[in-house]
Amino acid sequence: MSADTTTEQDQGVSVEKPSAKTDASFGARVGRGAAWGILLVIMVVSVFPFLWAFRTAATTNPELLSGSSDLLPSEPTELNFKRVLGRANDAEILESSGRENAGQFDFLKALRNTVIIATAITLGQTFFSGMAAYAFARLEFKGREKLFLVYLSGLMIPPIFIFIPNLILMKDLANWTESGWLNGALLGWIPWEWFAFTEVQWLGTFKGIVLPFFFMTPFAVFFLRQFFLNINRSIEEAAFIDGAGHFRVFRSVILPIAAPQMVTLAILTYVTSWNEYLWPLFVAGGNVEVQPLTTSLGTFLTQQPGTSPDWAAIMAATLMSALPVLALFAVFGRRLVDSIQFSGIK
Amino acid sequence: MGETIKAGRSGSQNIRGGWKVAFWFLLPSLIGFVVFFLYPSLRGVYLAFTDWNLLGNRGDFIGTENFERMRDDSQLSNSLWVTFKYVVLNIGSQTAISIAIAVMMDRLTKSQFVRSIMLLPWLMPNVVVALLWVWMLDKNLGVINTMLGWIGIDAINFFTSTSWVIPTVAAVNTWKFMGYTALLIFAGLQTIPGSLYEAGAIDGATEFQMFRRITLPLLRPVLALVLVITIVGSMQVFDVVNVATGGFNGQAGGPVNASRVIYLYIYQTAVLFNEPGYAAAISLLLVVILMFVTFLQLKLLRAGESDLA
Repeated sequence: MSADTTTEQDQGVSVEKPSAKTDASFGARVGRGAAWGILLVIMVVSVFPFLWAFRTAATTNPELLSGSSDLLPSEPTELNFKRVLGRANDAEILESSGRENAGQFDFLKALRNTVIIATAITLGQTFFSGMAAYAFARLEFKGREKLFLVYLSGLMIPPIFIFIPNLILMKDLANWTESGWLNGALLGWIPWEWFAFTEVQWLGTFKGIVLPFFFMTPFAVFFLRQFFLNINRSIEEAAFIDGAGHFRVFRSVILPIAAPQMVTLAILTYVTSWNEYLWPLFVAGGNVEVQPLTTSLGTFLTQQPGTSPDWAAIMAATLMSALPVLALFAVFGRRLVDSIQFSGIK
Repeated sequence: MGETIKAGRSGSQNIRGGWKVAFWFLLPSLIGFVVFFLYPSLRGVYLAFTDWNLLGNRGDFIGTENFERMRDDSQLSNSLWVTFKYVVLNIGSQTAISIAIAVMMDRLTKSQFVRSIMLLPWLMPNVVVALLWVWMLDKNLGVINTMLGWIGIDAINFFTSTSWVIPTVAAVNTWKFMGYTALLIFAGLQTIPGSLYEAGAIDGATEFQMFRRITLPLLRPVLALVLVITIVGSMQVFDVVNVATGGFNGQAGGPVNASRVIYLYIYQTAVLFNEPGYAAAISLLLVVILMFVTFLQLKLLRAGESDLA
C-alpha cells in the first residue's frame, strides 16, 4: 500500500500487461471494447449529476416545475446564480423563483465563513503537524515510538465520540470557574475573569469551529512523518556542522525539501475542512455569522416549502459551493491522485 | 546549563535532539492532541456514566444506568439494524464496482484523466452530494424518475419510502466513493508483477481465469486494508442521511425511523434530546464495535501476508 509512488508509476508504464499483444483474437477485442464501454458509462455517471445540476441552475424555477427533461434548458438564464449571490432585483427574483418571497440564504456570507474556517485550519494544522512530524521523524527522544502510537490511536476514534465531549468543553470554556469537578479542581483557582475568559462565548464562534483541528490531526502527523523519514540525513548534518540550530534546519532544510508534500497535505486539509459538516452542526449553533456553506446549505433545504422547493436556486448554490473544490482539483488533481495511491488512508 | 548545551552542540547527540529540543517541536500538537483528542476521549468514557445536561452543562454520576437503558432501547437496536443493512448494501456494491473499475483501468488505460474524473464525486462535500441526489431522485421532477418513466417504470419515492431510503443512500454513497476506492485498489494492482500475467497468457488462461487465480489472491492484503477503511467509514454514515432525509421540515432519520443510522441517533440523542450522557454511552458501544470489526477483518483476511512471498 505504502509502496513508493514512483515505482508504481514506472511499473505502470514499463510492464505492459500482455493482454494487448497476445490476445488479439476477436473475442478478446470484443471484451476490451465492452470494458471500455463500461468504463465510459462509469465516467459519465460520475459527472452527470454536476451537468444536470448546472442545467437545473440555468433554468427558471417555473420552467422546472413544468417538468421538462431536455438535456439543455430552452432559455438558459443566469438569474439563479445572481439571486444566490444576492444581486438580483425583485423582478428578477420573481421571474427566476416563481414566487414573491423566495427563501433567503446569504451565500456570500457562508462562503466567507467557509474560507475563513478552512484557511485557518489549513495553516495551523499543516505547520504544527509538520513540526510534530519533524520531531517524530528526525529527532530522538525517550518514548518517541510510544508517543507516536498514542497519536496514531486517534485515527481509530470515531469523530462523534470526541465531538460530544468537545461540545461540552466549549461550554466549559465559556464558564471555566463553575463547571465540573475536574475543571473546578484544576482550573477553578485561576482568576479567569482577568483574562476576560468567563464572558467569552465559544459556541457559535469561529474559534470554536476552528480550534479542535487547528493544532494537529493524527492523519496529518502520520502523513508528513512518512515523507520526513525519507529525507537524506547528510543534507541536515551539513547544516548542523555549519552551526544551524534545529529550528533553522526545520525551516530552511526540511520544509523546502518537503514542500511538495506539505502542499499536498494542505490541499487535502483544505478540502476536508471545506467539506466538514458534523462539527459545525454541533458547535455553530445556527449562528449565520459563522456558519459554513455545508450547514447553511442543509438549513436552506429544510426551509423550503415542501410542495414546490426552489430547486433552481438550491442547485445554483450547490454548484457554487463545490466550485472552489473543483478549481483546486483542476490545478492539483494529479498530485491528489498520487497522494491517495501513496497514503491509502485519507 | 549553558555549558552542557555548548558541549552537546558539537557532539552528535544534539543533532538527534532529545526531549529538550523535541518538546518545543511537539508542543503545539501536544496541546491540540491533549485538549481536543485525549481529554475528550477520556471524558467521553466518563460522560457515559453520567446524566449530563447541556443546558446547565453539568451532570451527576449515575453508574451503569445508561448501559442498562441501552439494553432495552428499541430505537438503538433499530439504528444498529439500519446501519447494518446500509453497510452491507453500500460496501457490497461499492467494493464490487471498485474492483471492476480498478481492473479495467489497469488493463485498459493509465490515463490520469480517467482516474481524475472518477475521483471527482469523492472530493465533493457530502452536503453537495446529498442535495444533488435529492434533486435527481425527486419523486415528481427528478430526472431519474423521468428516465424510469421512459422504460415504463412507475416513479419511485427514493428518499421518502421506508423500503427505498436505505438502498438509495447506499447507492448515493457508492457513487461518491467508487472512484476513490477503485484508486486504492488500482494502486494495489500495480504491485502485482506483469510476468505472472504473461505466464498465464502463455498457458492459455482467459482474462476471467487470470482475475480469479492471479489478481484476487495477490490483491488480498490490499483488499483487506481497503475493506477495513471503507467499512469503518461506512458505519459512520451521517451527512447524506441527515441532509437528504431531513429535507423540507422533516426530522432526519425518516420515514418512520427507516434511515436513523447509529451516527444520526447519537447526534440526535446528544443535541436534540439533550442527553449527551446517554449518547456518549452509545458512541462507546460504537467504538467497541468498530474496533471489533477492524480486528476481525484483519484476522480473517490475514492482512499483511501476501501470497506473493
